[in-house]
Amino acid sequence: MVKLRSVTKNFGGSATAVQDVSFHLRKGEFAFLTGASGAGKTTILKLIHMLHRPSSGEVRVSRYSSNRMKRRDLPQLRRRVGYIFQDFRLLENLTAAENVAFALEVTGMPRAKIRPRVQKLLGQVGLASRAQALPRELSGGEQQRVAVARALANDPLVLLADEPTGNLDERATAGVFGLFQQINASGTSILMATHDAELIRQHRDMRVIELEQGRLVFDSAGDAAS
Amino acid sequence: MRTIREAVLGMRRAPALTILSVMAIGLSVFSIGLFALTAHNIDVALSEVERRVEVVAYLRDDASEELIEIARHEIESFPEVMSARYISKVEALYEASRELTEFSDVYSDLEVNPLPASLEISLLPDHRTPSDVEAVADRVTSYHFVEEARYGREWVDRIYSLRRVAGGAAVILGLAFALGAAILIGIAVRMSVLARTREIAIMRTVGATDSYVRRPFLLEGLVTGIGGGLLALALTWGMYRAVERMLLSLAWLPGLWTAAGLAAAGILGMLAAGRAVRRELRRLDVY
Repeated sequence: MVKLRSVTKNFGGSATAVQDVSFHLRKGEFAFLTGASGAGKTTILKLIHMLHRPSSGEVRVSRYSSNRMKRRDLPQLRRRVGYIFQDFRLLENLTAAENVAFALEVTGMPRAKIRPRVQKLLGQVGLASRAQALPRELSGGEQQRVAVARALANDPLVLLADEPTGNLDERATAGVFGLFQQINASGTSILMATHDAELIRQHRDMRVIELEQGRLVFDSAGDAAS
Repeated sequence: MRTIREAVLGMRRAPALTILSVMAIGLSVFSIGLFALTAHNIDVALSEVERRVEVVAYLRDDASEELIEIARHEIESFPEVMSARYISKVEALYEASRELTEFSDVYSDLEVNPLPASLEISLLPDHRTPSDVEAVADRVTSYHFVEEARYGREWVDRIYSLRRVAGGAAVILGLAFALGAAILIGIAVRMSVLARTREIAIMRTVGATDSYVRRPFLLEGLVTGIGGGLLALALTWGMYRAVERMLLSLAWLPGLWTAAGLAAAGILGMLAAGRAVRRELRRLDVY
């Protein structure tokens, strides 16, 4: 599904954001990507989303390889890899329903098919009744649910979540995390970057990949190089 | 449909920026408009002078009118010639006394008319070059009853070089103004694109293709460009009317020029928008 093989990423200068990282996220797997701020979590997610190109090594997502990636293939990849940000990144002038519909419009899906799909997605994240609300009229937790619905719009193979609960209170965190578990149960792989130690402690059964200064220092699956 | 909706939304979301862009484009295209108005009026003035380029063939007094008429027909069939008008000795004297009124007494006291009959030969617009004028004059001189043919060689040469210089200057200055306008338009549209960087980044994140992202911006650039073109047209018209009222009579720009100017402003706006979005997309995605 997602495979990193000896991936290193430099942004110029002496700093290396990610150094020689290898791991394999399998289909239907849920893993926490953890580490202190600046450990390289976001860089790893962006490498998988192919927003960054590795300085060396290879990132593979399904049939796409960073070494052979063509610009024209990026949209197809992005539709199969959902991305959730800490700050939600919703379009402020669009309603919750329009924000979700937006992710379907870009694929060229006909309008008649978009409407029922959006209703279903908002229902799935528990926001069917807030479809016409603008982002500023929603709480942080609700905005993140809209972002999740948008990320799920194109049935992604994998969901990348970058500190998705970082801006949420305890209750909203539990709600969003519960949603992730439901999504994962339906077969979507999830890689969630977080430095919330408490959240990880509460879910000891899940895989944990830990980074420190750009290096992979711990993988509970024990298959870091596989 | 989405392209139109997004383009309209984009302009409505930041009306101040849209107005600023239209004004920037309008002012830069206005400079081209003023230049075009000046160039067109220089061209009109030169054409007027050029229209007067003609070959005058002075005829011998013993030339028969039948022969002259046959020759006139022949001359009119030359590829360079537009018309050939016969001026008899009497007509020549009448015109001379009419045009040179200070000598009217001298002309009326003459016992013998000293002025020769002539053929005034006008050339077609494309054949008013020094070489064609000279060629026609040479051919006309070959008629045995033609005393001499005159065409103000110096004037023809001067007008011809003036036109070439003016044409060259128009092309160079026109390109310089267009380049200046393109740079200003590029800056204006880039501001609009930068104001929506976040939106573009979100589009790319959810899997929008480059062309999907680009289309509304291209339409916006086209509309902004045409808006700027219309503003420039209004300003140029205002300047034209003001000069006409206060200084001198001018010719307004040909319809084709104004249409081409508007189309060029629109296309320039679209190209500038395309370039600005492409740069932004390249910045966002490394692949």
